[in-house]
Amino acid sequence: MTLATHDVRWGAGGRMIVDGITLSAPPGRILGLIGPNGSGKSSLLRLLCRLRGVASGVVTLDGRDIAALPRRELARRLAFVEQQATTDVQLTVCDVVRLGRTPHRAAFASWTEADEHAVEAALERVGLAERHDQPWHTLSGGERQRVHIARALAQDPRELILDEPTNHLDIQHQLSILGLIRRLGLTCIVALHDLNLASLFCDRIGVLHAGRLVASGSPENVLTPELIRQVFGVEVHIRDGVGGRRHIEYVVDVEPGERP
Amino acid sequence: MSHAVIGPNWAARIGVAAIALAAFIFAVALAVSVGEMTIPLPIAFRALGNGLFDLGLPVSAIQQGVIFDYRLSRAVMAALCGGALAISGAILQALLRNPLAEPYILGVSAGASTGAVCVMILGFGGATLGLSGGAFLGAVAALAVVALLATGAGGASDRVILAGVAGSQLFNAATATIVTTLASAEQARGVMFWLLGNFGGVRWPDLWVATPVALIGFVVCMINAKALDAFAFGADAAQSLGVAVTRVRLVLLATTALLTATMVAIVGTIGFVGLVIPHAARFLVGPGHARLLPACLVIGAIFMILADILSRILVPQQILPIGIVTALFGAPAFAVILYRARRPA
Repeated sequence: MTLATHDVRWGAGGRMIVDGITLSAPPGRILGLIGPNGSGKSSLLRLLCRLRGVASGVVTLDGRDIAALPRRELARRLAFVEQQATTDVQLTVCDVVRLGRTPHRAAFASWTEADEHAVEAALERVGLAERHDQPWHTLSGGERQRVHIARALAQDPRELILDEPTNHLDIQHQLSILGLIRRLGLTCIVALHDLNLASLFCDRIGVLHAGRLVASGSPENVLTPELIRQVFGVEVHIRDGVGGRRHIEYVVDVEPGERP
Repeated sequence: MSHAVIGPNWAARIGVAAIALAAFIFAVALAVSVGEMTIPLPIAFRALGNGLFDLGLPVSAIQQGVIFDYRLSRAVMAALCGGALAISGAILQALLRNPLAEPYILGVSAGASTGAVCVMILGFGGATLGLSGGAFLGAVAALAVVALLATGAGGASDRVILAGVAGSQLFNAATATIVTTLASAEQARGVMFWLLGNFGGVRWPDLWVATPVALIGFVVCMINAKALDAFAFGADAAQSLGVAVTRVRLVLLATTALLTATMVAIVGTIGFVGLVIPHAARFLVGPGHARLLPACLVIGAIFMILADILSRILVPQQILPIGIVTALFGAPAFAVILYRARRPA
């Protein structure tokens, strides 16, 4: 088992936001976390990469409590891609990807062959090798997300955690980002909004509702009309789509006289 | 396509350091030769040689005295002050992720002067605390107030500047209250002159305090240069890259408070250097802190030496407060930065 949580709780302002979640990420696979806004997806991801400390319970990496790991060692194992992180600093694509080498470098260490190789390989994997010197603020949203993934890959992680990486992207870029993540072959934990994308790209799905894990398993078993009605409050039809993946159709209530 | 240099590039480092050193020595020589009594550069170099290495070159005793006891200490203090304030500005801009952050605008200088005035006029702490100690406590108090205000206002990086403005006003008001109600007329005149920044009273003993503080502060900042780079995308991004965010923030904020407070205690508040120099340095060497911080040190030092020379010659027979000279250059530069920061994200 790679990354796992055991009865993890975390709250803020007197409210439990993550309320006793136990789950584990299948090695080399994609675990999708879905749930309505405020269900605790982002908070759970932050607990998984120790950006927040758990109030109770434990997060383990290969069976070891991550709270006991040195922060740099953790950053060499596990990388995090935030939602829409941007900067005012005038950086180029390759400056950003080089940040991924931070946990591998001592305070006064020079840039090494290994660092350079990791950066070039990461840019190659996300398909931006040609954009090496382009200024960050001239990139589109999808390109920025790719650069962040390249930065995470330069950390040389085995686990990758992504917080809604497709938010605010058009459909072409949503599909290409998720396709890219699928091809990485890393253990990925991804928070997603779109149920169809979760069904298409995830090997397993965990459904969060009000800070609790209400269902987990393969998309076929988890994504049922009953569960979606209970968690998201919408009616759906579920059909078999391409390649055995489930396709979710939303049933829209139509007021009399209104066009659907 | 540009590629990173693999391994330490000693040739380039030594070359750049030599150019920086030459520019620095030239600025110092200019500073010691210009003034009410103009001393030609060759004599200035001879006097420096005599004072530093005891070469016994022919220089009149008066010229030797003016240069070595009065002008050289002043020039070195200006250099340390400019370097320290520029580094503090670069650190605050990176940690707070705001291009307008610097000790003066964030109220750190105002807090330091309140602390120093408390010691000077109210006699807090007496000899044990000293002016620098009082200034340091004042600077830390100002940082704490600004941090609390900014966090209370939502913690976004633009809130920091608003909080800093409020903090500056608060501490300036406190200083003014103490000075107007409790100081004698002579004390008040002295404090007001000192508050605007003044290298006139600097003597060698001041440098025995300022030099180690500036050098240690610089080394501490350099140790954290890579961590500062990692703050580009925010504290969470830095932490996920393995940076101990809380520790780095505490250490570096304390360092900027110490650097600012030491300089304020000796020469008063000097604005805009901490704002303008880091931007100029970034323009020259890029945003990476391993290069940016040394560049700030050197450019800040040279800028302040030149500003001090200007303060002595702009108005004949009079010395302008250094804060006025830096503001004359800083305010337009501030406007340019604001204009550039408008760039759509």
